[in-house]
Amino acid sequence: MTFFSILFDNDDLPKETEAAPACFSDLNLDQIVKAVTARKKDYRLAPFFYTPLRSAETIRYRHEVMRDLENESLLAHIETFAEKMVIVGRYLGLVEKLEFHHHKQGWFLDAALVYCEAIGSLAENLAQINLTSRGLLALREYLTQYVTSPAFQSLTAEACKVKEGLAGVRYSIIIESGKFKVLKYEDEPDYSVEVEKTFAKFQQGAVKDYRSELGKASGMNHIEAKILEFVTLLYPEAFAALDRFRAGHTQFVDEALRTFDREIQFYIAYLDGMRDLRHKGLIFCYPEVGASKEVFVRDGFDLALAQTLLFSEKPVICNDFALTNPERVMVVTGPNQGGKTTFARMFGQLHYLASLGLPVPGRAARLFLCDNIFTHFERAEDIRNLRSKLQDDLVRLHEIFSRATPDSLIILNEVFASTSLKDAVFMSKEIMRRALELDLPGVWVTFIDELASFGEKTVSMVSAIVPEDPARRTFKIVRRPADGLAYALSLAEKHRLTYAQLKERIRL
Amino acid sequence: MNVYLLFPSRNADPKQPLPPNADALIQDLELDTLFEAMARGDEYLRTAAKQALLSSLDSPAEILYRQEILRDCLKNPEVVRQIYSLPLQAIDRKHRHWMGIFSHYPSGVLSGALQMLEMFVDLLKTLKQIADEHGAAFESRGFRRFFAMIQQELDDAYFVEVQEHLERLKFREGVLLSAELGMGNQGANYVLRKTAHPARNWIQRILSRKASVYSYTLPMRDEHGARALGELRDQGINLVANAAGQSADHIDSFFAALRLELAFYLGCINLAERLAELGELIAFPAPAAADERVHSFTGLYDACLSLTMKQKAVGNSVNANGKDLVIITGANQGGKSTLLRSIGLAQLMMQCGMFVPAEAFSANLCRGVFTHYKREEDASMTSGKFDEELSRMSAIADLVRADSLVLFNESFAATNEREGSEIARQIVTALLERRVKVYFVTHQYELANGFHQRGMENALFLRAQRQQVDGRRTFQLQEGAPLPTSFGEDLYRKVFE
Repeated sequence: MTFFSILFDNDDLPKETEAAPACFSDLNLDQIVKAVTARKKDYRLAPFFYTPLRSAETIRYRHEVMRDLENESLLAHIETFAEKMVIVGRYLGLVEKLEFHHHKQGWFLDAALVYCEAIGSLAENLAQINLTSRGLLALREYLTQYVTSPAFQSLTAEACKVKEGLAGVRYSIIIESGKFKVLKYEDEPDYSVEVEKTFAKFQQGAVKDYRSELGKASGMNHIEAKILEFVTLLYPEAFAALDRFRAGHTQFVDEALRTFDREIQFYIAYLDGMRDLRHKGLIFCYPEVGASKEVFVRDGFDLALAQTLLFSEKPVICNDFALTNPERVMVVTGPNQGGKTTFARMFGQLHYLASLGLPVPGRAARLFLCDNIFTHFERAEDIRNLRSKLQDDLVRLHEIFSRATPDSLIILNEVFASTSLKDAVFMSKEIMRRALELDLPGVWVTFIDELASFGEKTVSMVSAIVPEDPARRTFKIVRRPADGLAYALSLAEKHRLTYAQLKERIRL
Repeated sequence: MNVYLLFPSRNADPKQPLPPNADALIQDLELDTLFEAMARGDEYLRTAAKQALLSSLDSPAEILYRQEILRDCLKNPEVVRQIYSLPLQAIDRKHRHWMGIFSHYPSGVLSGALQMLEMFVDLLKTLKQIADEHGAAFESRGFRRFFAMIQQELDDAYFVEVQEHLERLKFREGVLLSAELGMGNQGANYVLRKTAHPARNWIQRILSRKASVYSYTLPMRDEHGARALGELRDQGINLVANAAGQSADHIDSFFAALRLELAFYLGCINLAERLAELGELIAFPAPAAADERVHSFTGLYDACLSLTMKQKAVGNSVNANGKDLVIITGANQGGKSTLLRSIGLAQLMMQCGMFVPAEAFSANLCRGVFTHYKREEDASMTSGKFDEELSRMSAIADLVRADSLVLFNESFAATNEREGSEIARQIVTALLERRVKVYFVTHQYELANGFHQRGMENALFLRAQRQQVDGRRTFQLQEGAPLPTSFGEDLYRKVFE
């Protein structure tokens, strides 16, 4: 049987990175990854999200898997498998921890039963599904061979037989003060039911539940152990079979399937996040990813923002952009709180997510497969760092330009905000010249209008306002020169109480 | 067993939220005065009165159901007060004997529950006795059903059965459990088993039949073991303790429901007695469906005014059948606000099944009663007065719907008359076109006259009258077109001269 990975089409690539890339916090990618992986902490998925790909072929490999997983019944099968594997891990953990012999043996058997069930139904279910991705086809191939192997077959058969024997065990306990007796059970009637019946006529809707949470999941004290010991004396054969089973199957979890179980969660975690947002009407697409710098998106959005708005009534605003040669840098201007930073983040997020081989927020997109994303967002002054803010800006920009290549991406947000306008204009133009020389695609959010009309390689984008109501923010960023208008609203209109507004509001 | 005295086939929900405009209604219609007369200082009765009055019923049928019961209550006030005392006794005994279920452990739950059940059985016997003695005097569907239920469910055989359980549940000899092996070979599905002989020696009988029995006696100092064994016993009696605990709670809530539902009627008895002392009349109103337009009354007075003044109040008679809009204009202190208040109050009283302060009263139900009154300047300084009025109107607009009733009292006058009238005109027109019923007290001639000029079939114009000779007012309103002055001049004179 061949080894395979559901995340990589070949073995040469670095699979995991422990630290997040530098652009992560500026682009709010850290929030995205945190949200996406929050419910799957045990899988340690972040290292996968910290490892962008450089090969368009690997990106295609992942797109294939992802498209297959968009089939909901396939996804459901894999999620069921994953849930069961979590249980297997938990039970085996108990076997390590616990004290009493028959107790450990019991959990070991239950772990094996869940494992067999998990593998068996995954293999069975995959056979029913139309798969197209190379990754999942290889998995199916592997599974088919594994489940028919003699080792797996005997594991399943023996586990079931032993469990059956134990399930037939019934016993009674008589508890008196300071002592107890254990014996086989004879059919005495259930007393709780009778008491309930007598008082049923008083039922008045929901009342408090007085049942104690007494059933501890994994504990056994010496009294319970003593009882279990008596029970083994009442039913010796069932417990002997259990001991033989444990001795015969010490390590039953397959390594390749264990790895698959973790790696597939990379896709599922992201898909979960996508599903929530799709319910809100947002759209994701598989971007075209390659060397072209003529990038575009239609109805793209900031994924981190969309995640935080998930439970709010507020709509998520979608925006478009498109660069056609020789255009490289979008210069975004306009009023504050108008969605400029969000737009810049979206640009970076789209490219990063695309480089992970994931679908991106938007209706359609073509994105640039870059070697690095450089960001410079305004930061709070850091007292530990003795440079002035302006100096700090310049040092950081210098660092960026010493490392950037024509294959990089650059995103600048309000640089030089702490100097005079004249200086800011001068330095901004210098930086812009360098950026355009490198010919790298990018976004620059600025209050300096001059940058917007810098040359044929720059594109002016403006956060748009409603002409009738400039106080209202549309959060739309559109391609046009800056403008601004202001009108006051009448009081009644503000309260939506004009004849037409009110009539609209009243429910029939 | 259900009380069902407030609704024909459901229990009252004590947690039902008050409508969002409750505070405005209480303030504008001076409802606290009414609540006090119903409560006579009892906070519980006040809450019940408030809850009922502000939670209107949806249909004439539900209203008539309560009216019947209320008539029974007014005929048999002492029996009703006697029944009402039973839940109070339950509360009192619980307090005095520290009864209740305070433990999280089944053995604690069980002993607490047994104590309560014994106490409740006592009270239920008394209730049965009242039903036997007085049930025949009640005629309403609600009370007839209630008494029949008590007699049927709580017969002597039932009390015997309960007694036997209460004895057996003390588990004097020990408990018998059955169990199976669950996950990890842990004991599971512990089920308490009924032993054949409740009193004595059942353990011996079982043991004599079995082949192998394994016994274990805990060493003297094995405290962990004793606790573990106690936990196991708890696990066994978990369900029966839960059943006993829930049964105690159910009976407790039966008494609580009885208290809650009778509290409303007790408040009504109190109010009726108080109004009778003042020599005021009351009438059971005739409710019409919400989509009809009925509103006619004779001798309608403001009960809160009468309770406050401790004397008979002036009544008004109006026929507004078929009207969607009633505009009330006229003299200052001419009784306009009083009439508006009495209309809102009577509507709420009718809609919760009460009698109304009038000689006769009929009206269609309204899906929500809203008040928009002129208010004092906003203390928080966050908005100007007109802005504040509009924002309150906007809050109403969120809630109002077809067949609601909106009472405006000098609204939208906090700006100049032209602007105020225009905004009021737009608002009222929109409300009418959405089939909302509107009463509007206003000084704004432009507003009132504007509607009058339209010659609408479905509008009625009332005017506060004043006697022409010496300027004294009669506090009665009659039909009449709006006049361009509000007689403020003579009020001014009265104050300054």
